[in-house]
Amino acid sequence: MREERYMNPYLAGLLLGLLLVATFYITGRGLGASGAFKSVVVATVETVAEGHASDAKFYQEYSAEHPGASPLMNVLVFEIVGALLGAFASGLYAGRVSWRLEKGANATTRARIIGAFVGGILWGIGSQFGRGCTSGAALSGLAVMSTGGILTMLCIFGAAYGVAYFFRKLWI
Amino acid sequence: MGPLVPEFISENMSYIVGFFIGLAFGAILEQAGFSSSRKLVGLFYGYDFTVLRVFFTAGVVAMVGILGLSHFGLLDITQIYVNPTFLWSAIVGGLIMGLGFVVGGFCPGTSVSAAAIGKIDAWIFIGGIFVGVFIFAEGYPLFEELYKAGYMGNIRVSDTFDISANAFAFIMVLVAFVAFYAVYLFEQRKQKGISFFKFDAGSLAVSALFVLLAVGAVWFSDRRERILRLSEDKEFVARYPMDVMDLDEAAFWIMERANDKVQFIDFRKKDEFMKMALPNSYNFTVENLFEKGGNSRLKLKGMQNVFVADDEFTERQMAVIAKELGYKRVFVLRGGLDAFRREILGFEEPKGAPKTLAEEWLVRFRKNAKEEVLELIKENKPKEAPKQKEKRKLGGC
Repeated sequence: MREERYMNPYLAGLLLGLLLVATFYITGRGLGASGAFKSVVVATVETVAEGHASDAKFYQEYSAEHPGASPLMNVLVFEIVGALLGAFASGLYAGRVSWRLEKGANATTRARIIGAFVGGILWGIGSQFGRGCTSGAALSGLAVMSTGGILTMLCIFGAAYGVAYFFRKLWI
Repeated sequence: MGPLVPEFISENMSYIVGFFIGLAFGAILEQAGFSSSRKLVGLFYGYDFTVLRVFFTAGVVAMVGILGLSHFGLLDITQIYVNPTFLWSAIVGGLIMGLGFVVGGFCPGTSVSAAAIGKIDAWIFIGGIFVGVFIFAEGYPLFEELYKAGYMGNIRVSDTFDISANAFAFIMVLVAFVAFYAVYLFEQRKQKGISFFKFDAGSLAVSALFVLLAVGAVWFSDRRERILRLSEDKEFVARYPMDVMDLDEAAFWIMERANDKVQFIDFRKKDEFMKMALPNSYNFTVENLFEKGGNSRLKLKGMQNVFVADDEFTERQMAVIAKELGYKRVFVLRGGLDAFRREILGFEEPKGAPKTLAEEWLVRFRKNAKEEVLELIKENKPKEAPKQKEKRKLGGC
């Protein structure tokens, strides 16, 4: 089956590591993903409910930390748009592009949809507390040996192992 | 010297660079198989260890790579973003994300790569992320206390525990290798015979990579510590070949107002410097020598950098550090500023007629120099040290 032909994981890891080094060398910071989602949320709220955005503290703090143009003018947003296209090109090349819902063998479609949505919500909240997700906090944090980043990494993987048993029906 | 943003690459240009970094990021994630939720969560159920291999390999490669760039003076690691540590927020956030990983099957970066190839569950997951961020934003007054609790600064493991960056990197390389080997054995649990090592190109390449990483982790020592140690070694400093500028030459350059040819790098304390400083001089600390701001000041094209301090030995110590860091055209002032104050600024004509022509010229020169240099010093407003830009506050996520 063509779909199973993925890159050797160590080679992929080596390339990802080198990309991360290059990213630090060029931009002075690591890779990130959840920051882009945050930018989109802030931009949306600022557009849809301007008054609310100037009242609520979260948005105020965001604009204080990111002065200047629209929240969308952010390297991470460009990075994620790039990632979408890069992944699409890779999928096209490998013949993996198609609309479908992936789920565990014994999971219902309904369970998978709810799981995916709730999981996304949890990441949205968790990545704010963790000040980054697997890319920005865990991987980039590991690369620069940030105490907080490594702690978050350990908690992500630790918690995932801790709760895996209770959600086994979703996956196996 | 990196990072290239913002000095060499403008803010606007960095968006384009970010886009291309993203292209590679997305392609690597997809190629690795991170566009499949079943493959991702396989790690937590023991049927697929791709995440462990890719993530851990990338982590140690980047860690050792950054040590290497810093070791060779290509990257100023004081200028790269180190995620701040908010103890409780980091823990709670990690736990929530870990739960989200198993429930949702993705993390944000991987969900993007999966959405790109048409995974509907990934699009739903992304919708969830937006809702999650929104919930956090709206509930921020409730979360704020926890969010900001236990702030410890932008610390590294080497600040938290009594361990050097090199030792930590070495341990991580070792842990990664052991984990990979354990997983390799674990995957053979259903086979009859276990092979402890496969002599194929892949296994050998991975082993070689990890040997290199382990060597790098130890070898890419902190340049700063090594060089500072050298500069404390009196004998080493005394024997170090050094270009020495005579007092009269220094006075001559000052009188020539040759600001594009000669600058003085002054290592005295700031208050002394602000009281009296030579024209075209810059107040440096030892730290400035290692930083990007100092880097651009010392690398001016064709500029001769004369290191000054009260005594010549301190000048030599600083010059040794600068030369070890690879800076060229570094001079020390003979006898230091003490001598300059005595022989030039405080010059007194010797009694009796000069015996030789050279002596006569010297007396005449120094008389002029005393007057003019004193005047120039009075006019001169000491410039502040090269300011380091504030550390990057904006992080990856």
